[in-house]
Amino acid sequence: MVNITIDGRAVSVAEGTSILDAARSIGVDLPTLCYLKGYNDIGACRVCLVEVKGIERLVASCNTAVAEGMDILTNSPRVREARKVNVQLILSQHDSNCATCVRSGSCQLQSVANDLGIFSLDYEKNIPKNNWPMDYPFIRHESKCIKCMRCIQVCSNMQNVGIWDSNSSGSHTTIGVSRGRTIWNSDCTLCGQCITHCPVGALRERDDTDKVFDALADPERITVVQIAPAVRAAWGESLGLSREQATVNRLAAALRKMGFNYIYDTNFTADLTIMEEGREFLDRLQNRDKHNFPMFTSCCPGWIRYIKSHYPDMVDQLSTAKSPQQMFGAVAKDYLAEKLGVDPSRIFSISIMPCTAKKGEAALPTMQYHEDCPDVDVVLTTREVDRMIRAEHINAAALAEEEFDTPMGVGTGAAVIFGATGGVMEAALRSVYYLVEGKNPDADAFENVRGMDGWREAEYTVGGVRVRVAVANGLGNAHKLIEALRKGEVSYDFVEIMACPGGCAGGGGQPITPDTELAEERGKTLYGLDKSAATRFSHENPAVAAFYEYYKDEYHAKRLHKLLHTDHKAWDIPMSPYMKEE
Amino acid sequence: MSRLNIASQTKTEAVLDELYATVLRRMSAGTAVLCPVDMAAAFLRLCHAQSCGKCVPCRVGLGQLGSLLEDVLSGRATMETLELIEKTASAIYATADCAIGHGSAALVLRGLEGFREDYISHIQEGKCSVKCEQGVPCISKCPANVEIPGYVALVAEGRYADAVRLIRKDNPFPSACGYVCEQPCEAKCRRRIVDDAVNIRALKRFAVDNAGAVPPTEVKYPPTGKRIAVVGGGPAGLTAAYFLTIMGHSVEVFEKSNKLGGMLRYGIPRYRLPAEKLDDDINAILATGVKVHYNFEVGKDATLVELKEKFDAVFISIGAHTYKKLRIEGEEGEGVISAIQLLRDIEDGNVPDFSGKTVTVVGGGNVAMDAARSALRCGAKVNIVYRRRQQDMTALPEEIHGTIAEGCNLITLCAPVRIERDESGTVKALVIRPQISGKLDKSGRPTPVDAREPERRVETDIVIAAIGQAIDSNHFGQSSIPLDRDTIMADDASRIYENPGVYAGGDCVTGPATVIRAIAGGKVAAANIDVYLGYHHVISEDIDIPDKKVRNIAPCGRQNMVQRISDIRIRDFCDVELPLTEEEALLEATRCLRCDHYGYGPYWADRRHKW
Repeated sequence: MVNITIDGRAVSVAEGTSILDAARSIGVDLPTLCYLKGYNDIGACRVCLVEVKGIERLVASCNTAVAEGMDILTNSPRVREARKVNVQLILSQHDSNCATCVRSGSCQLQSVANDLGIFSLDYEKNIPKNNWPMDYPFIRHESKCIKCMRCIQVCSNMQNVGIWDSNSSGSHTTIGVSRGRTIWNSDCTLCGQCITHCPVGALRERDDTDKVFDALADPERITVVQIAPAVRAAWGESLGLSREQATVNRLAAALRKMGFNYIYDTNFTADLTIMEEGREFLDRLQNRDKHNFPMFTSCCPGWIRYIKSHYPDMVDQLSTAKSPQQMFGAVAKDYLAEKLGVDPSRIFSISIMPCTAKKGEAALPTMQYHEDCPDVDVVLTTREVDRMIRAEHINAAALAEEEFDTPMGVGTGAAVIFGATGGVMEAALRSVYYLVEGKNPDADAFENVRGMDGWREAEYTVGGVRVRVAVANGLGNAHKLIEALRKGEVSYDFVEIMACPGGCAGGGGQPITPDTELAEERGKTLYGLDKSAATRFSHENPAVAAFYEYYKDEYHAKRLHKLLHTDHKAWDIPMSPYMKEE
Repeated sequence: MSRLNIASQTKTEAVLDELYATVLRRMSAGTAVLCPVDMAAAFLRLCHAQSCGKCVPCRVGLGQLGSLLEDVLSGRATMETLELIEKTASAIYATADCAIGHGSAALVLRGLEGFREDYISHIQEGKCSVKCEQGVPCISKCPANVEIPGYVALVAEGRYADAVRLIRKDNPFPSACGYVCEQPCEAKCRRRIVDDAVNIRALKRFAVDNAGAVPPTEVKYPPTGKRIAVVGGGPAGLTAAYFLTIMGHSVEVFEKSNKLGGMLRYGIPRYRLPAEKLDDDINAILATGVKVHYNFEVGKDATLVELKEKFDAVFISIGAHTYKKLRIEGEEGEGVISAIQLLRDIEDGNVPDFSGKTVTVVGGGNVAMDAARSALRCGAKVNIVYRRRQQDMTALPEEIHGTIAEGCNLITLCAPVRIERDESGTVKALVIRPQISGKLDKSGRPTPVDAREPERRVETDIVIAAIGQAIDSNHFGQSSIPLDRDTIMADDASRIYENPGVYAGGDCVTGPATVIRAIAGGKVAAANIDVYLGYHHVISEDIDIPDKKVRNIAPCGRQNMVQRISDIRIRDFCDVELPLTEEEALLEATRCLRCDHYGYGPYWADRRHKW
């Protein structure tokens, strides 16, 4: 232990503790901007500075370890003035039109500046110009970037992708797409982790809310909306709702109030995914010699983009099942269109996703069952739907809960946990067990695939056969798992991979609470919903059974495979330049 | 008022002079991996401030040029801007009245020529084309990228064995480099901005001298069954052998002589690198399991083709062990030897007795100094003839100073013309022609030209040629290895064109160079051979590097090693250099600014600890 004094208070902390953590451990909260625990401690913003007695210059608290006898002042007049100067310098190059910024309210620069009492600038404003293709699924504003480098570190070190890099030097230093590429020519997975870890509004999703407002206002359009599992665990956060208030049925009520015609649940197609993927897995197991193992899950579009750009030789190992979003889109424009007796082109299909990669997935050329008619017309992130609720001046807390519409609004507990890392694996194992053994396992029999470790593994015996499974979340962990697979250090039969840490609960489209990782908490909400669900097995979803029944006849049966499966090789993504080197 | 006054400096002038000195030091620590257009614009601003303001091109033109460069940097420029920059700079160069003006314009013109593609990148793509990497200066400048701040911090804590282990992660010759590395790491040391570069080599030597026996690196990877032949057991070959062995491959070194070490043993005298220090490194390398075939000459005892057939990969590191002739009359015959031969004879125990004789060494590189000082220790009176000025010598300044201090006569600005022999053929004198410093060549050194002075005679018994080494690469050239004169042509990944699985590095690729460059060649080859064989074994060292210490930075003198008293040290071949004291080493280690923790250092941390 090391004995130090912080603002006159004697404290004893473990050796190696940073001054910042030491201060926070006794309730002294220091402002930070560039610091991101575990990923970025480069001390660039010079805002977390403190005064150490006997040391002439100020010290960055985020990356300086305590030393015996340090006498630290966290808020002396000298510290306060230096901090104010640095924040003003950042503001002098920051487009602070907060009223027109999506991050107003969750912006760390805004709160640091407000907290410091900066209400005017001593420096001339000199704001760099934006230069970004505004049709890309996410947007970068050069005019708002504070060059904290968090996006670079998150993309390289958390996700092992390396889209971002610093450019140039001196006063011209900025962030850009690495290796001189344009974003369209990059292998960006669209995971959105750079967005959720940006302290300001320099990175955000492409806003597609206007397209939805237009569709809602168009009487010819039938608006069909699906809500992804993980959205229900997060949508209330930025609206000030408690976890108890922010139920999916209250979100359904808000959407109905906005005027959506049909409000459905992605859980329906999550159950369908389990049926398709489960059967596919069993088929591959029975024809072991024809397939490479493990089979990988295919519901995460960020992961699909990653494997295609990093390990193209392993794409055949992906399940061919479409993701729940895309199954839903295809089914809505076929099954539902027939049920409603309308032309598929009249259906305007909207999905609400915790994800930015879903915007890219919906735009794939392979995701159009009917020609020139995307299965999913618009993907909204959780953040965008929250903004729509605010734009409609809906007081969500005051709404009574409402049910989903039928038939695509019915889902099981197995579908809800798709939103948490390990959930797809667990749901699949529940149904695989049933398909092999002819009886249900205990619904919690496979709970040891749950957790927040980046890479987990488990082994089960199903029908006398040993099944080795693994789960990875965060692409950096996926990278480690695949490298180990390729070196023969591990071997599995079935692997679930989610691009974002914590799975969709921690998705790149979820509400942003600066420097707080909420994936685990949201995951708990999802597991709670599973626990209390009427049915916890995908194969027991009555709406899924009805769907298969409907598609049994000769005419429909032919359509089924194309509706629910996809060819991952039918579209291209640039190779990762980092993989080419190796 | 007096008619004349003695000029006295005002406070402003004094402070400005001090700032000039500070900027000079700062510039000496400047790295080249920055936006070159931005640097050119900054230099131009400095040049403009130096203008007296009398003449138009300098007073007005440099400012306009600056604005145009700023346009390029901020994305406002077009290709026409580039033309205007060129036109303006050319006009200023042609018309400025004094060097302040035309020198400034020359600087811009040189940049337009030297990094034109970066100007175009700024104009057409709105960004800098240079991958700006403000890494840790010493690590970036070290060809083998040794983690210098890490081992300096370990020395500061007295963890000498850990320091040696950390160095070995990138360089298996910590002892040899502690004694004879040319320390390119110090060139851009950021401490120069404060006072002077950290004495990195002295600290490395302190670590190896005090580490005791450091256990050899464990082979962490399982055997791959792959076999690699290394031709030549010098620093490049042994480095490759070391890393490939700890990666799990099976390595055999084919060494022409009966001892390992190459130029470290046969080119560097023992008074600079004691044999036991070199053996420490070599024994640690051999302890990993490297097999050695001594007295085995590839080209005689086996052919390269045979090695290629028997092994999965071949690394050629034959060094540069032959010498360049003086090409002057009288050179053939007794009494004229090469520096390389003298050093090799001494190493082999055939120490010549030069008592009462005069030896004249021709050359100005480190080998010339080594030959001179060795001849001195064999009892000779020594002259060194060099055709340029002392400051143009390629030998390290401390080597030159050591040589002079020991009593060798330096005869500079004189070129050898012929060697005079008597009827019996005995060498009598070296005839030399005085030179004059001419125009600067591309390296910035003046080209010597014959002066209008008569020839001179330097009476001598022996002439030693030390004007460069050559490479005995004939066999390889005949075995389809591409050669450029006598050097083996390998790319920057150490590969050889159209020879898959064959790699080369060290002096035989670079021409005679430094030990650390040879080590880097071996390291690069090891990494790429590993990948060629289908692996990616990561080399890392699990050492907890001490955290940075928060301390004030007060300018402080650099601790230098001193040499033994010259008239005593010339009587033996023992180490001439005295190590730092513990007090000095500790003080020196704390002068390190820990650029691995400050500045851009932490950004690269994860990317630095393994390769």
